Order: sequence, then C-alpha cells, then structure tokens
Amino acid sequence: MNIQTTRTRTAAETALIDTFAARLPDLPGDKAVIAKRREAIAALEARGLPNRKVEAWHYTDLRRLLTTVPAFDADADAVAVAPLLEGSTVLSILNGKAGKAQPVEGVTIVSAAEKMADGIFAPALQPATDDDAVGAINAAFAADGWFLDIADGAAPATPIEIQSAQAGGQVHTRLAARVGEGAKATVVERHVGTGDALASSVTNIVVGDDAELRWLIVQEQPVGATQLGQFNAWIGKNAKLTLFIMNLGGRLVRQEIRVDAKGEGGEFTLRGVNLLAGSTHCDVTMVLDHSAFGTKSTEVIRNIVTDKAEGAFQGQIRVAQQAQKTDAKMACNTLLLSDEGGFSVKPELEIFADDVVCGHGATVAEIDRNSLFYLMARGIEEKTARGLLVKAFLAEVIEGLEDEPIVEALEAKLDGWFAEHG
Amino acid sequence: MLEIRNLHARIAETGTEIIRGLNLTVKDGEVAAIMGPNGSGKSTLSYVLAGRDDYEVTEGEILYNGGSILDLDPAERAAKGIFLAFQYPMEIPGVASMEFLKVAMNSQRKARGEEPLKVPEFLKRVREATASLSIDMAMLKRPLNVGFSGGEKKRAEILQMKLLEPKLCVLDETDSGLDIDALKIVAGGVNALRAPDRAIVVITHYQRLLEYIVPDSVHVLYKGQVVKSGDKGLAIELEANGYAGVIEEAA
Repeated sequence: MNIQTTRTRTAAETALIDTFAARLPDLPGDKAVIAKRREAIAALEARGLPNRKVEAWHYTDLRRLLTTVPAFDADADAVAVAPLLEGSTVLSILNGKAGKAQPVEGVTIVSAAEKMADGIFAPALQPATDDDAVGAINAAFAADGWFLDIADGAAPATPIEIQSAQAGGQVHTRLAARVGEGAKATVVERHVGTGDALASSVTNIVVGDDAELRWLIVQEQPVGATQLGQFNAWIGKNAKLTLFIMNLGGRLVRQEIRVDAKGEGGEFTLRGVNLLAGSTHCDVTMVLDHSAFGTKSTEVIRNIVTDKAEGAFQGQIRVAQQAQKTDAKMACNTLLLSDEGGFSVKPELEIFADDVVCGHGATVAEIDRNSLFYLMARGIEEKTARGLLVKAFLAEVIEGLEDEPIVEALEAKLDGWFAEHG
Repeated sequence: MLEIRNLHARIAETGTEIIRGLNLTVKDGEVAAIMGPNGSGKSTLSYVLAGRDDYEVTEGEILYNGGSILDLDPAERAAKGIFLAFQYPMEIPGVASMEFLKVAMNSQRKARGEEPLKVPEFLKRVREATASLSIDMAMLKRPLNVGFSGGEKKRAEILQMKLLEPKLCVLDETDSGLDIDALKIVAGGVNALRAPDRAIVVITHYQRLLEYIVPDSVHVLYKGQVVKSGDKGLAIELEANGYAGVIEEAA
C-alpha cells in the first residue's frame, strides 16, 4: 500500500504541509493535542488529499478540486453579521478566533482554545477514519471555536448562534456541545465571510438521554471560498436531534454528517437545502448508524442546480444487528435548472438487523410542466411562476421545521439567494 | 367574444390530431355548453383555449374579442381575461394558497397596467368571495390545493374565477367528482358570475350540471368537431337518447 508515496504533491498539499511547522507555535493545545496535530499532518503527508478513487470522495475529488490554499492572514478583518434568528445569543469566531463569551442561562460556554489545554481534549482530534481528510486538516490547524455544555434539564430561552466569519486566509474551527439529559436547545452554526478563505469546521455533539437538540448549519460563504465541514453526533436514549443544513454559497463545499443513534428510541431528523449556482461544487455526505433498538431517522435533501454548478449527496445508513425495529427513510430530490449543471446521488443501506423499515428514494427532475401551466393559466408570468415553484420545492423542507421564526428566517435566506441568482 | 374557425390541433409530442376542424362562436353574455362522449376532444379544446404548449394548433384560428390569441402564452391569455377552471386542479405543495391568489391577481393587474391590490383590499375581496362559496378561510392557509377534497378543489377553482373576474370562463368537467350539494354551490358560484359582458363555456359529459347552470346554447363535440348545435333542449335529448343518435345523424 505504498502507491501514494510515488505521486507528486499538489500545490495545495504542499501548502498545507509546509505551513504547518510555521503555524504550530501559534496553535493552542497541550502536549497531547500538539502530538495529535503532528499525527494528522503526517497522515496527510503520507496519504495526500483523497482523490476520486477513494470511495468516500468519489464525487468530490479533493486532490483535484482544492487547487489553492491561501496563507494564514492574522490581520484579516472579519466582520460579524446579524444573527439568523432575532434575539439569539451570538458566539462569534472572527478570522478563526473566538470572541467574547456571552452568558446563557444553563449553559457553560468555553472557547475551544481554552478547552484544548485542559489535558483531556486530545482524543477528540482523532480523525474518524483514514479517509477523513476534513477531520485531519481540522485536527492539524484548528485554532479556536466554542464548547457548549448545556446542563441537564436546561432549556435556554433564546437560540444560540455560533457565527464564524472570515475575511480571507485560513480559518479552522472546532465546535462541540454536550446536551444534558432532558435539555432542550436550538443552535445555529453559521459560516459567513468576505474572502476566498479555506475554512474547515468540525462539530462534535453528544445529545443526552431524553434531550432535544435542533442544530442549524447555514453556510453562506462567498463564491471564492472553500468550506470543509464535519458534523459528528451521538444520540442518547429517547433523545431527538434535528439537523438542518442550508448551503447557499462557496466555491468548494463539503459537509459531512456522521451520526450514531446509539440510545434506544433515539431519533434523528436531517433536512437539507442546497442551492447551487455559478461553478460551485457542493457535496453533502452522510454516514448514519442505527446502533440501538427502536431508533428512527428521516432524511430529506432538496437541491436546486443552476449554471454550471455540481453537487452530490451520499447517504449511507447502517443498521446494526441489535438495532431491531429501526425505522429509516431517506429522500433526495433535485431540480436541475440548467443543462450544464449536475447532481449525483448515492444512497447506501447496510442492514444487519432483520426487523426494520428502511427506504430511500432519489429524483432528479425539471420543473413540473403541469404545475407551471396551472400557475401561468392564472396570469402569473413564466419567470415568476418558475420562481414560485422552485421556492416551493425548497420551502416544503423548511416548513417541516414547524417553528415560525426559524421558517421565516430561512425563507428570507431563500428569497435573498433568488434575488441574486434567480 | 369567442370565435373558433376551422381549428386543428394535435398533441405536440406524438403528432396525434385531436381537434379536427372545429367551429364555434360564443357571444358576450352567452353560456355555451359543450358536450360529447369521452375522447371527443373536450378537454383538449379547453387546454388549447388556455394555451397549453403540449398542444399545437396546425390550422385555423381562435379569435377572442376579434383578435387572435394563438401567439399568446397562458399567462398573457389569462391577463386578457381567459380563465380555465381545471378538471383536475394541480396540487402545489410549498405554495401557500393566499400567496398564490395575491400573486395571480396582482400579476393580471400589472399586465393590464393597474396598481397592485393593497393587502386590506385583497383580504376583503377574498373574504367576501369565500363566504359566498361556503369556503372556510382556514382552507386557504394550506398549500395550494394540497389535501383539498374533490369538492374543495372545484370550489377553490370557482373562488379563483370570482377573484380574477375573467371575461371568458371555460369550465372543464367542473361537475366531475362532485356530490349534489357541492354541485349546487359550484353552480351557484358560476351563475353569480353570469353577466352581459362575460361568456361562459361549460364543458361536461353529463346533462346534470346543466340543470343548475342553464345554457343558452349546447354544442355536441365528436371526433374533434362540433357536429350539432342547439338550445338547452339538445342537452335533454342527449340525456334521454345518448350520443349515438346525434353522432349517426352527423356521420
């Protein structure tokens, strides 16, 4: 298995490896953390960035697509934006560095830089697999972020928004949350910016028994930015995790989701809306484990593709032998609005239990002609009618969140996107 | 109001001719019934009038208030006052009914160079129209036609018709799937729209609807042509004797 050692390094690989030594003294962490960082960069050096021959990266050849890696820019002037939801407590990360902590009742909030020096953090930096390039890049370079510890039974009255804003260069953030038993919270993870940055972000969540967590990832990077995201979660007994993902920007976007429904009766809901324009490449890849009895999951991903954009959704559901009575449903629907764009879908089911309900479906279609005719027959001109139908296709997923302020805020994002790209 | 001359139309995809030399004139204020057996081209005629691009007009002319509409798209025709009440109204998840009504009304107003309706005025109109059709406003909180019963869908079509105030209304099998109570409500809604400057074309398979919407003229469509025209007595004759006699006579 030394095939990869003979290949030439790409400019991006070289940049990542070469800058590491210079960057290391500025990175936080105890000895064990530093060791993990070195391990991660060594693995990257040995294996290189994954190309399309690596199954998990088949639709996103990172080696080819990550063409440049900008230098770190300590002086980049990142600017925070208004929170998605009015009244949110905002925890900002500007240019990769956590701002001032804000108090939230029932929640202990610590910056990641501080957490990395607590002597027990290092194992969390371990990439998930050998192919986990996002985990490895982030482990090597993660500089800051936020850790939320939501106390048992706590239910913060307002949403928390973790907002990472970049202005070019590189930003690598680490987020984590422990949701205590029976706690209930809404958290927005936001990625915004103005520069052509390389951003990576890894989020680790433990949802305690009977807890309910709603986590919204809203990615609105500018057209030149690269966003490599990873969301890892473990769902406890009778706990509920709803993950909503909205991708509205970026040049190269990979959002990974790794969820383990490990407690009996745990429930996972994924809703994703990907709006692809220009020459964006956007990949959402999910690996979901049903590891316990009576766990449930539904995943609905809706995509619209315009211009020359390319997208992919890989959804893998693994049902362990002991996870009887699993109920899992996955759907991915795409509206192709341009002949030059494309979207690839790969559903995968791996089922080792014998008493389960698992289903998946995927469609790639154009705007429904019958619906278009119906709207036009009422005097709505074609462009407006098409816009209504495209928005409706996405709005259906958003409305499933059944929370008026959230639905309104997300639909306003849609409107903004359509105003720019419609 | 409407003059159809020697109209020939075919399914664009397959080239199958459905309308084969159809002639029909409907005057201002007239209620014309189009009857005919299944497959005679009734629904196709309604789609061709509304401008659906699945059908191609290969010959003939459709004149609306003296001008050809063949080059107009469905939205332009609607803005000029042509309304098709669908046999099977589309369910459109994600589009709120109220939003749809507002966009439709204001699109037509814009095309006619009128100011958009202010929200209170819009709501007032919708409230009045729903009350007269026994429609619960709560129904309009749902996405367009989604989860509506057959009767609710038909009533929603008549509601749209009432709000959009078209000049030429084409009702495609509006009676299908309606029980007698719903039929009476729908017919009442249509009758309320009868006006000297408005024409209504009622397409139906059965005479039943015509007991409630009494037509001024009845036309029998067969193999894409009007083979016989008469007054409301023709509908009663068809109900009693079926289409066979009329068709034989025409052949």
